[in-house]
Amino acid sequence: MDLVKMGTALFVKNGLLTAFMVIGVVTWLSYYVSNLTNKRIHGSAIAIVFGLLMAYWGGLMTGGNKGISDVKVLSGIGLMGGGMLRDFAIVSTAFGARLSEIKKTGLAGVLSLFVGIVTSYIVGVALAFMFGYTDTVSMATIGAGAVTFIVGPVTGAALGASSPVIAISIAAGVVKSILVMILTPLMAPYIGLNNPQAAMVYGGLMGTTSGTAAGLAATDPRLVPYGAMTATFYTGLGCLLCPSILFLMTKAIFG
Amino acid sequence: MAIYGVAILAFCYFAGNFIGDMLGALLKVKANVGGVGFAMLFLILLIDYLQSNKMISKASEGGIAFWSAMYIPIVVAMAAQQNVLAALKGGPLAILAGTIAVLVAFLFVPILGKITKPSTDDEWKK
Repeated sequence: MDLVKMGTALFVKNGLLTAFMVIGVVTWLSYYVSNLTNKRIHGSAIAIVFGLLMAYWGGLMTGGNKGISDVKVLSGIGLMGGGMLRDFAIVSTAFGARLSEIKKTGLAGVLSLFVGIVTSYIVGVALAFMFGYTDTVSMATIGAGAVTFIVGPVTGAALGASSPVIAISIAAGVVKSILVMILTPLMAPYIGLNNPQAAMVYGGLMGTTSGTAAGLAATDPRLVPYGAMTATFYTGLGCLLCPSILFLMTKAIFG
Repeated sequence: MAIYGVAILAFCYFAGNFIGDMLGALLKVKANVGGVGFAMLFLILLIDYLQSNKMISKASEGGIAFWSAMYIPIVVAMAAQQNVLAALKGGPLAILAGTIAVLVAFLFVPILGKITKPSTDDEWKK
């Protein structure tokens, strides 16, 4: 009787439940570490960094592109943290949100979306230019990647960018989303991110749904619905602006 | 019953995403525009309506509260499947572009925050 093989088969067959158990243990460990720091670092922030480390390790082990979920026994983490359950859980956080708070943000929320997309795009284009990518299509694609890792490849595909450039644009977007997860709880006290209105502006500026959602969760879970609400419009708006207006403006400047 | 809450949640999810897909198609964008945001608005409005008419029980609300409580673990699972390796392998251009874009966005939070009406809700500050 091969107990290891039997156990492994059981875990693989019931992937989602394996994920619940593993993430439960990771969360428990993270809150334990948090207590060691006198709760100076929030447990969920540690858990998210833990998750990212697991993702890095998974990438090293398997050579795949889906982090730890490429390890067969842990493939259920892919389902648990995948788009469907993630968005389902994000929607459920609206249960605690108040319409009166959302209404107060109004114009600033809409403005934050445009400012967030345009500034990220400009940063991406400028850096691409400095690194020697002087053709407009490549610059626009990398600029769009700095918006989010979905806007980058969508723009690249629409403009006919080369595959390495699209890869860079995706990487830029992933770097952004990971940094937002890690930096948000650290930056929050300095930028006044402690109320629903600031969270909505922040969601519109950052845009990456995964980054915003995780970053706010680690800052103050009550802020999540407000930030997520604006962030969810960002990718769509980015896909609209980058290959059209922003590309044409880039073309007008660089020829 | 808890399933009523979960069903309401799922209904809002689909309604929101359907509108997001429609909006994307209308704007000729290859993406869902604000689907999750619309779903959240629907949930807020629907729950508000049901609560003020006493049409939803605590047990039904529990079905939604459960998923809301599972949110952070789901985010941890999401973090665990990011392509962190590729992000680092994307080289200095990708890392710099991502980093500076984030720092600039952080800078704008207090600037744009000034335009909003400050929260007068004392309950929030607790």
